[in-house]
Amino acid sequence: MLEAKYVIIGNSAGGIGAIEAIREVDREGSIILISDEPYPAYSRPLISEHLAGERDLDGMLYRPEDFYEWNGVQTLFGKVATDLNVSEKTVKLEDRQRVAYGKLLLAVGGKPIVPPMEGLDRKGVFTFTTLDDAREIRALIPEVKKAVVIGGGLIGISVTDALRKLGVEVSIIELMNRILGAVLDEEASRMAGEVVRKAGVDIRTGRTVKTITGKAGKDGQVGGVILDNGERIESDLVIVAIGVSPRIDLVKGTDINVNRGILVDRHMATSAPDVYACGDVAESYDFIVGADRVVPIWPNAHIGGRVAGYNMAGKNAEYPGGTAMNSLKYFGLPVASAGLVNAGDGCEVLSHRTDGRYQKFVLQNGKLVGMVLVKDVEPAGILFGLMRDRVDVSGFRDSLVSDAFGLISLPEDILRKRLELPDLGRLHVFHEPEAYADAVDEG
Amino acid sequence: MMMKTRKVYPRPEYCMACHLCEVHCVAAHSKSRDLVKAFKRESPKPMPRLHVEESGPMSFALGCRHCDEPLCVYSCLTGALSKDAKTGIVSVDSEKCIGCWTCVIACPYGAIAPDPARKKANKCDLCFHLEKPACVANCPNEALVWGEVNA
Repeated sequence: MLEAKYVIIGNSAGGIGAIEAIREVDREGSIILISDEPYPAYSRPLISEHLAGERDLDGMLYRPEDFYEWNGVQTLFGKVATDLNVSEKTVKLEDRQRVAYGKLLLAVGGKPIVPPMEGLDRKGVFTFTTLDDAREIRALIPEVKKAVVIGGGLIGISVTDALRKLGVEVSIIELMNRILGAVLDEEASRMAGEVVRKAGVDIRTGRTVKTITGKAGKDGQVGGVILDNGERIESDLVIVAIGVSPRIDLVKGTDINVNRGILVDRHMATSAPDVYACGDVAESYDFIVGADRVVPIWPNAHIGGRVAGYNMAGKNAEYPGGTAMNSLKYFGLPVASAGLVNAGDGCEVLSHRTDGRYQKFVLQNGKLVGMVLVKDVEPAGILFGLMRDRVDVSGFRDSLVSDAFGLISLPEDILRKRLELPDLGRLHVFHEPEAYADAVDEG
Repeated sequence: MMMKTRKVYPRPEYCMACHLCEVHCVAAHSKSRDLVKAFKRESPKPMPRLHVEESGPMSFALGCRHCDEPLCVYSCLTGALSKDAKTGIVSVDSEKCIGCWTCVIACPYGAIAPDPARKKANKCDLCFHLEKPACVANCPNEALVWGEVNA
């Protein structure tokens, strides 16, 4: 049986964050990393570029190839963890091998949602969340004239972007009455929809796919789909991109608390001793909603992984909380959104639209709780910072939508804190590089 | 990651919003390193990596703070952003940068800007290729100083 002080299951944003945080505190403790994919950690959002032929694995690596060796991590790639025994503190793999842990991190992510429908087993039906998915689809492209993408959310739009670059005709079938409904408001969805349609994509909203049909004479192969209204669309490829749900199967045999995801506290600890979780599998603190949520966003996974790693290594760290935060640039239109973009009751909405530029802010009790920016995303950082820090913006609400918005729009006391201008007495100023050794104190 | 990083600090009380810091930043990062050529000949023109904010009598130039806990680095989807262990400088590997602008949203100072021409994230690199940051060296009023905070 293998054993390590730290065992991490999951080799993406969360797992890597944990390794780096652990190593800042503990350079000696043994680390074993288990991943069901055979590759070093890669940037998952780049699978779209891989499909389009723009990047290969080398150009997608999240960290250098020697990252694991450099950090003293024993890797078990291509191994699936199947069972978890929290009293024995062991993980069992598909090949029956067992791994004992001192501390365990579940950074296993999510799995694609595939609703039951006839024809899923036909060749040419894929989900789109892994590098292997991109590889397999890419291999088929020479025989693909037309594709149907089920789902007009982030994954659906990103795979469509790649398919269009490859010259494939695409129909998107979206259940909601607009694309990107989970991350954008109506206006931004409309603008995005315009750009996507201009690129030659056929978007069907308010529709679902009932059946995947076979090809004439080759029934085992995808020939098309039948929608809920009976309409038939021909296609050589079907991509199911409805969404992702947390991979909680591993904890099913245990009494670890789960809701939609694995519940964790502000230290990323689960209800089982010495077991932590982070990333897309975890349900962790969302500072906008003020409750635990599954927020499957790359930065949240990495920061959650770091916090988990620190705590696993004995250094107290608290997860500041995450919230929805998305930046997209498919079909050439930059869009940034964060928080609650569709205003509910009791919310104040500020918005501004000129030409192709659109900005919308949602305020609740004077605080920024949501934002959408289309085309000009440059102010997004300062604004997201105000959201994160729960700053009351009612005093300068008019400046939010102005072209001239910047740090300088903030009230002076907030600005000074943001600029963190140190007292001159504490600032050691360098005039010439060679004077570093005998620098003169200012003021 | 705790370390003392030498960085550029703005002094709003001395800033006249002359924008020379931005001008020299462009020149320092241009191919020709020549002020006139950088602005007139090079295409796409390099963007300044710090920007002057002004409102009424108040102004200052702000660039990347090269934070001890760099939110941009933690948010970067590709690992293009990293903080150097020795110098503390946070920089963008333009080969790995895919121009997704996640870092633009992550930075609370608004110090990272999209470079639409190059499709890469644009930010201060503390002029690691020079002896002294160009903005500091060329500010006529010492409204930008290069220093390190004592503990």
